[in-house]
Amino acid sequence: MKKFMFVNRRAPYGTIYALESLEVVLIAATFDQDCSLVFLDDGVYQLAKGQDTKAIGVKNFSPTWRALDDYDINKLYVERESLEARGLSEDDLVVPVEVMSAAQIGELMASQDVVLSF
Amino acid sequence: MLHIVNKSPGQARSLATCLRTALDGQSLLLIEDAVYAATAPGAMACGLDQALARLKVYVLQPDLQARGMAARRIDGIEPVDYAGFVDLVAAHPTNQTWL
Repeated sequence: MKKFMFVNRRAPYGTIYALESLEVVLIAATFDQDCSLVFLDDGVYQLAKGQDTKAIGVKNFSPTWRALDDYDINKLYVERESLEARGLSEDDLVVPVEVMSAAQIGELMASQDVVLSF
Repeated sequence: MLHIVNKSPGQARSLATCLRTALDGQSLLLIEDAVYAATAPGAMACGLDQALARLKVYVLQPDLQARGMAARRIDGIEPVDYAGFVDLVAAHPTNQTWL
């Protein structure tokens, strides 16, 4: 088993990155890899509650975050500065996360076998 | 660990977030539009000059040259060519590209 980290730094619907990241996370989980997800910068918006995409004609994939636990993915980390800079708190997110400093995320990143950036 | 940044600090937050996250002693390679961060006064504006004390910083020389910035590279940032880029990636077990 390898340690994979997925670094998410983009908002959910303006580009395809966020959805693609989630797809790859699910694939990695299917192969029983040790997956960590990190949310930095606009990536924290991916986890915001209340997403409703009906009027823009794309899939709302935010409910999928809650399903990750069924795939034994429960290492979700959010950088404190990114969250606070956007006026968000843990209560505003669709899943439980661990809020960390940038330095703590840096430590975690350095301990991975593979880091994938989205 | 090797960090790679390819966006100008004037355009994106990539470098700022990288600098916030990178640990002392790690390496940073600036490529494409990120090479502007390796020049004066850009390096001072984005805090890279201060990061030189704790990170090993490299810049891709072909990208600096392409932008007419080679003469503006600040001291303490090591220029590398494409082969040097490959060497850096090979020398570090993990890398993170701050797209």
